[in-house]
Amino acid sequence: MSGVLRRVAPQLLTLAAVIALVSIYFPMFYEVVYVNDRLVGIPIDVVKRGAPVALLAIGMTLVIATRGIDLSVGAVMAICGASAAWAIDQGFGMWAALGIAGASGLICGLWNGLLVAVFGIQPIVATLILMVAGRGVAQLITGGTILTFDHDGFSYLGSGTLLGVPVPAVIWVLTGIGFGLLVRRTALGLLVESIGINLRASTLTGINSRVLLIAVYMGSGFCAALAGIIATADIRGADANNAGLWLELDAILAVVIGGNSLLGGRFSILASLLGAMIIQTINTGILLAGFPSEFNLVIKAVLVIIILVLQSPRLLPQLAVLMPRRQSSPQKTKTEEGT
Amino acid sequence: MSIRALPLYATIAIFLLAYLICYIQFPAMLSTRVIGNLLTDNAYLGIVAVGMTVVIISGGIDLSVGSVIAFSGVFIAVVLRETDMHPMLAFALLLAITTAFGAAMGGMIHLLAMPPFIVTLAGMFLARGAAYMLSIDSVPIVDPFYEMMQRAYYLMPGRGRLTLLGMIMVAAVVIGMIVLHRTRFGTNVYALGGGEATARLMGVAVGRTTVAVYAFSGFMAGLAGIVFSVYTSAGYPLATVGVELSAIAAVVIGGTLLTGGNGYMFGTLIGVLTMGLIQTYIVFDGSLSSWWTKIVIGALLLMFILLQKGLLRLRVSP
Repeated sequence: MSGVLRRVAPQLLTLAAVIALVSIYFPMFYEVVYVNDRLVGIPIDVVKRGAPVALLAIGMTLVIATRGIDLSVGAVMAICGASAAWAIDQGFGMWAALGIAGASGLICGLWNGLLVAVFGIQPIVATLILMVAGRGVAQLITGGTILTFDHDGFSYLGSGTLLGVPVPAVIWVLTGIGFGLLVRRTALGLLVESIGINLRASTLTGINSRVLLIAVYMGSGFCAALAGIIATADIRGADANNAGLWLELDAILAVVIGGNSLLGGRFSILASLLGAMIIQTINTGILLAGFPSEFNLVIKAVLVIIILVLQSPRLLPQLAVLMPRRQSSPQKTKTEEGT
Repeated sequence: MSIRALPLYATIAIFLLAYLICYIQFPAMLSTRVIGNLLTDNAYLGIVAVGMTVVIISGGIDLSVGSVIAFSGVFIAVVLRETDMHPMLAFALLLAITTAFGAAMGGMIHLLAMPPFIVTLAGMFLARGAAYMLSIDSVPIVDPFYEMMQRAYYLMPGRGRLTLLGMIMVAAVVIGMIVLHRTRFGTNVYALGGGEATARLMGVAVGRTTVAVYAFSGFMAGLAGIVFSVYTSAGYPLATVGVELSAIAAVVIGGTLLTGGNGYMFGTLIGVLTMGLIQTYIVFDGSLSSWWTKIVIGALLLMFILLQKGLLRLRVSP
């Protein structure tokens, strides 16, 4: 347990710093009240609005751990949201809609996985194809319009609460725990790290890297499907153009802020989830602090640059000199040179 | 004929074939009017793709270019509205800014040893944010010099117009070809894309080359921004979202390997024209919806990547 804490210490510190920074401008930050059977407060809002990025970050962490990247998650969100809305609109009912959306995500992941694992295409290129074409497919499903629907059961997934907690937050926490247990209570996580460090060597030692890679991309597609379902349920409509737009970049950022190396290898889903919450706290904080909304992107960019500089592999050894008592840097995995 | 150039020939062959199919269906496609429009409408994309080609051959990627184009448009529009500056002076100022911006990103990539993907992602937020800070609304540009630039064209036989914008794009491609294929810098870019460690052993100044590569991309993005602002007569901070991906797609369709170290500038021009051709075909057809553009471009991307894979295997095995 202390190992886990040490691993996520930089992310916890960053999150605390960001929250402290926000509460200087907005002292009411910590206030959470219980009204009308639901918790209300800014922290609750953060965990709810951060749900899509958190979900995408779970799948993205595993993909990045295999030395890959999944640029298509935003487009997959749009596809899955569109197919769910379509299914509801056709009167298939909620479970069928969920099944169709989940299956669409898995198929998208299978497609990416096949291109990467079987055809040996560089992940960034392989997933770029679906990123470009995916929104076209989503528009094909919605017929180019914003497909709206009215279904209370489905909307519950986006705006309902469970014991006072927003359902999207419940979904991402459960998904995170599920994936965490899956990779850490079995050898799967170790195998994923192994193919990220050296694909060829892992294959030679008998790991079925092809199947594992495909499974990882399918996992990412499934997470994107969940994110798409939440986004669609929240606004009661599927917007093929804007659903999940740029979220792939936020998800990658969450993984990087989580201290995971883009060069693959050791990963931490928990740290990525903290990264997602850091991003969402920044987003919410900028709004709360009352900055004109024009400033949002610039402030976000500056904060991101600061966080990245602090985590830079070339800067860490110098920081270690400044703090000689700290023996093992938690980001040992990033000592390789970036390209 | 080297096997290295095969993707380029394949790109050209597919473009010509696609044009032939379009021509059989709509003979007007071959008129100089359509060709002139093809160049004008895709001028900004072509220019930005020239910078992207150099970045990708160096083994990097530049996600900031779409935002830089939007920033450029807003910057010029605001400067022209607030001051009496001559547009040419504003252009020079802007190009200095975007080039410095690119150089700064290159410097960060090298000094902090961070992946280009993440650094240029932060650059994308920064440039888009800077555009918002200058103005959140669309700013119209009213200037006699702008009107002159919009009206400047060379009348080709068949009444097609080769506009100033189209000519700038062609000039940018030619400059890109010279820089990439005929200078020491270009050779260094190929070496860097082939492998950083190898390039360093060969005596390439890796840091200086990295900075120059992103500075060049920043310059081209600024130039594309100028062209885009002339094309639309306005600066709008929400403009050209996603252009970086279109540029990357054009470079890949043009036969450049995303792994770096391989590719030709001319291929990128063909890639841009191929994407423009799909758009034009959909307009001519009238019954197809615009989302088919995305799907067809995705399919083309897939085809080219598989083709390149096959060719690479050919090169390794014999």
